[in-house]
Amino acid sequence: MKLRLKNLHLVQGPFELRMDLETTGDVIGIFGKSGAGKTSLLELVAGLRQPQTGRIEIDGTVLTDRARGFSIPLERRGVGYVPQDLALFPHLSVLKNVTYGKSATNSSGVKISFDHVIEVLEIETLLERSIGQLSGGQKQRVAFARALLAQPRLLLLDEPLASLDHELKLKIIPYLGRIRDEFHLPMLYVTHAPDEVVALCDQVLVLQEGRCVHLSPPLEIFEATTSMALKPGILGENPNA
Amino acid sequence: MNAEDAQVIGFTLATAALSTLIILPFGIGLAWLLARAKWPGKSLVETVVAMPLVMPPVATGLILLNVLGRHGLLGIGARKFFGTEIVFTWKAVVASMAVMSFPFLVRASRLAFEEINPRLEQVARTLGSGRARVFFGITLPLAARGLIAGTVWAFARALGEFGATILVAGNIPGRTTTMAIAIYSDIQLGDEGHAYQLLGVSAVLAFVAVSLGNRFFPWGEKR
Repeated sequence: MKLRLKNLHLVQGPFELRMDLETTGDVIGIFGKSGAGKTSLLELVAGLRQPQTGRIEIDGTVLTDRARGFSIPLERRGVGYVPQDLALFPHLSVLKNVTYGKSATNSSGVKISFDHVIEVLEIETLLERSIGQLSGGQKQRVAFARALLAQPRLLLLDEPLASLDHELKLKIIPYLGRIRDEFHLPMLYVTHAPDEVVALCDQVLVLQEGRCVHLSPPLEIFEATTSMALKPGILGENPNA
Repeated sequence: MNAEDAQVIGFTLATAALSTLIILPFGIGLAWLLARAKWPGKSLVETVVAMPLVMPPVATGLILLNVLGRHGLLGIGARKFFGTEIVFTWKAVVASMAVMSFPFLVRASRLAFEEINPRLEQVARTLGSGRARVFFGITLPLAARGLIAGTVWAFARALGEFGATILVAGNIPGRTTTMAIAIYSDIQLGDEGHAYQLLGVSAVLAFVAVSLGNRFFPWGEKR
């Protein structure tokens, strides 16, 4: 995936995001402290927010171009968005949740099959359950399945593991790896956890106060995969201290 | 209980049901707009809609009389396009009930919409659904309990409507007399026994409606 953010500028109250960059990667991590602008950037790509100025391009497709007053509507943007709270539909069964986007897409354009997703994410036994009957980890997998079955061109994951304890997180990371390897879908992956970045991403944007302060492969950013401390000078301080 | 009483009870139930049905799409639509959209004049509309809650019902009735009467905008329109009069007919009863119960429907529905996490609607749209499919497939089912509660309360308010109705529709036996007006009329005429009979029916209907409303009110458990 080639992500191009041209003169992107978003102002929201006291917060300001400015970005002008171009990067390539299958899974691009968006890393930074709380309030750095990670979620705002993801929401700009998803189309949930509109920037004051700028252009967002994915693999040559313009998603938003304020100069031309152009923005692909949410429903035609082709992004599989998984927010931090997952936003599973509580009144629908697991099956209806995961097929919600599938029924809105043209079946002739289907590249990701239902059976394949169910198998990879191991949710076959959950399909008849209601959302309230699922554990945290099961909800995560259902949210991933729902996003995948909408046949997106890009997956946007907003801190998908932030609410899970360490043990559960270790169980879910391999599923994300499988999504990356089985479906070959580019991902933008927001996180503030270095271990997730190292395990999943091949490029990382490090954000600070709405600016991209560093862009490189994860191992060039972190001191060592064991300590997960940022190298000196990346943020001007160590966020893990 | 005689045939006349049965007619009054039936007429009250029918006009209250009709007025509730009429305000339903407008009330739910406006509640959604108030809960989810930003638009110029929103706070003004919000205030105007809530006014019947605090204004004397007779004052609201006077406004309605001016709007629906022979020289009123809607009165002239009804005569010109439908060849019909509104005031002092069953239509005036329905109109008074609709205006007086509208704020109840809008308030409960608005709360129901505001309780829904907007993220659910946003995600539904990113999954390829247009606004209409999101509204009918996600928003409406999730707000259903609050909307039903609002509908039941609006119906209950319509059942008890008196002040505006007496001014706009009068008390014409067999044509515009509702239970509330019949009770008032009985007291005026000194027939207290009959008034208490109708009071009993009104109390039972109100009890059932409010119980149903509370049962569907989704935030009842929190209180």
